[in-house]
Amino acid sequence: MNEILAGLLQAGRLIVTFDADLIEISLRSLQVTLTAVAIASAIGLPLGCWLAVRRFRFRRFVIATLNALMGLPPVVVGLIVYLMLSRAGPFGVFGLLFTPTAMIIAQVIILTPLIASIAHQAIRELWAAYHDLLISMNTTRLQRIGTLLWDGRRALLTASLAGFGRGIGEVGAIMIVGGNIDNATRVLTTAISLETGKGNFSLALALGFVLIGLAVVVNLLIHTLSRTEVSGRW
Amino acid sequence: MVTSILPLTVTDAVVRRRGKTLLGPVTTTVSDSGLSIVMGPNGAGKTTLLRLLHGMERVSGGGLLQWQIPEEDARALQAFVFQSPIMMRRTALDNVAYPLMTHGVSKKDARVRAAEWLARVGLADSAQKQATVLSGGERQKLALARALIRKPEILFLDEPCANLDGRATREFETLLMQAFKDGTRVVMSTHDIGQARRLAEDVWFIHHGQILEQTPAAEFFASPKTSEARAFLKGDIVE
Repeated sequence: MNEILAGLLQAGRLIVTFDADLIEISLRSLQVTLTAVAIASAIGLPLGCWLAVRRFRFRRFVIATLNALMGLPPVVVGLIVYLMLSRAGPFGVFGLLFTPTAMIIAQVIILTPLIASIAHQAIRELWAAYHDLLISMNTTRLQRIGTLLWDGRRALLTASLAGFGRGIGEVGAIMIVGGNIDNATRVLTTAISLETGKGNFSLALALGFVLIGLAVVVNLLIHTLSRTEVSGRW
Repeated sequence: MVTSILPLTVTDAVVRRRGKTLLGPVTTTVSDSGLSIVMGPNGAGKTTLLRLLHGMERVSGGGLLQWQIPEEDARALQAFVFQSPIMMRRTALDNVAYPLMTHGVSKKDARVRAAEWLARVGLADSAQKQATVLSGGERQKLALARALIRKPEILFLDEPCANLDGRATREFETLLMQAFKDGTRVVMSTHDIGQARRLAEDVWFIHHGQILEQTPAAEFFASPKTSEARAFLKGDIVE
């Protein structure tokens, strides 16, 4: 109990004093996760929508695989990305290992199936409602996808936010490909892991509270900006 | 050069789903003018027939559906109003503007024309409301405006007044008759014999997926040819 209280107090102190290290790793956490969510959303949202609209031979298999990939173990993803980006790997020449870019790549791989799968579920229901109307209006497939993405945007926002939630708290993959290097690739989750390992529980807890606060603030901010709770809107 | 899609000819068209025949074989012609009412008991195939004519059902068994112009162009000159109006998650104005925007009209112009149509169907005050919060009657009028905004040659309506009260039905019928007078070919299904008497120029009576009668309305109501149609008009259960 004392540890939690001390952690809360330390978190308050770090925030109030604008602790330079805290701000740096918080901004890096946001930078990595928001970039990864943006890229994963750009891939996953249209993919989920396309899977809802398109009928093809192995569709069920693809959807089942996508759902299964939602549970991709981050450590395994981290390991594979590490091998790909390491000097001996196929993309070693780009020198991306132990950089924020490598962390973003790993997160995109983790988040894309999650976002695509949630988007697919949301759009499938909307497509069931719109199907006859859009077919009868003789719309093209591209127009249907565009319409579903636009009219389902609030449900899709939830998909992206779920991705953000998973990304901001992710530690396994980014620890492996980022290396938790001070002033370079350290983010909130890897810092928490480090401080816990050192037995510095108050600081680890303080960082944890900041992480939770950050996740809540970003979610609230996005909800407010997109006016999801305004009555009569979606 | 032929620019009209009508008359539409249907030859030996059969609609099957999961091995079950829902309609047909049907052979008929949809003439280039008139207001046709499709009648028949529940499950007779009225909706399937309308969907077939609109090109929303796959024709099986070697049947043919033939418009006077290529199918792609023909599809653009038709519209369909469903029994339960499908409202898009947009404002009433954007629902009506949507068909224009998908066919190359700019958003601004589409909204101007949509506002005109909303005024025409008495929904000008609801333009900025979300379509899904409108009443059943308002939704169906909105669906009619959305269907008519691109000036279709032929309009299919699948029991559009089934869920409306008397006042809403009267308003809907007035708007429909105006569209008909403006030159739109109308094919509508209904359960309501009174509505059929009020509106029909000709009646198609359908039972067990077959068109049993396709005759002028006066003739159909005065002396139906088949025992099924007679029973239906008497209010008997038709099996």
